[in-house]
Amino acid sequence: MDIQVAKVGVVSCSGEEIPEGTLCRLACRRVLDERPGETVTICLPLFIAGGEEERTFASNYPTITVDGCDKLCAAKATEMLSGKPSKSLSIPEILQKHGLPPPVKLRHFGPEEEAAVKAVAAEIARAVDEVLEEE
Amino acid sequence: MGEKRKKVVVLPCSGMGKVFGALARETTYELLERVRPHQVVTTCLPLLVIKDPDAVALVTENPVITIDGCPKDCAKKSVEALGVQVAKTYEAIKFYKEHKDLKPEGLAEVNATGRKLAAVAAEEVARMVDELAAGEEK
Repeated sequence: MDIQVAKVGVVSCSGEEIPEGTLCRLACRRVLDERPGETVTICLPLFIAGGEEERTFASNYPTITVDGCDKLCAAKATEMLSGKPSKSLSIPEILQKHGLPPPVKLRHFGPEEEAAVKAVAAEIARAVDEVLEEE
Repeated sequence: MGEKRKKVVVLPCSGMGKVFGALARETTYELLERVRPHQVVTTCLPLLVIKDPDAVALVTENPVITIDGCPKDCAKKSVEALGVQVAKTYEAIKFYKEHKDLKPEGLAEVNATGRKLAAVAAEEVARMVDELAAGEEK
């Protein structure tokens, strides 16, 4: 008997202009690398630049969006161009919950930012577990 | 009266899973923070995807350079989808092809060798930034 293992789509804000965007990418990348059998991702602009396969991403996978600011690009773009996300996470809310300061640099994250990356990655991983349980 | 120079918008690919996406971002940050900090601006590519008014105005009112990480050309297409013509496009792999001794690695951020390549790439892109800032678009 085949056992179907569901995968969860993780869509990161790429936030090139803000430090929270870098935090978002690093945390999402960590979850994708640690749970390759259960997670997939897509570059968000592929909803516009890609083909049918990219546009049906949120129809093919239950999706978690992770946003770096209150403009919520990842959540809005996913819902607008692909399908309603199962969960939407916000970096500012996660940092506030964990009592962590927002990062201040755009690149070259190191030990100073590690607590934030770890906290956000843990929240994404928890959301992945919840979505998989619901599936 | 001082010469008024335009701002130049540099938009990197948002690639989450490709080294050349990370190289595109690092090159943009080099321009933004070190090579041309007073001339170069950027915005989040997804803001263009959701048509954020401020981001759309930025790319409409200033010359735009895109640096893409793969042949899907998301950065370029995201600008063109708004009816805006890109002044200059780069594919990040071009910089590696010209500097094979600097092989970048990394997905979310490039390694030390990738940073060196980004510094070289940024110097090249800066020449185009200068032309565009002076209104010498070719």
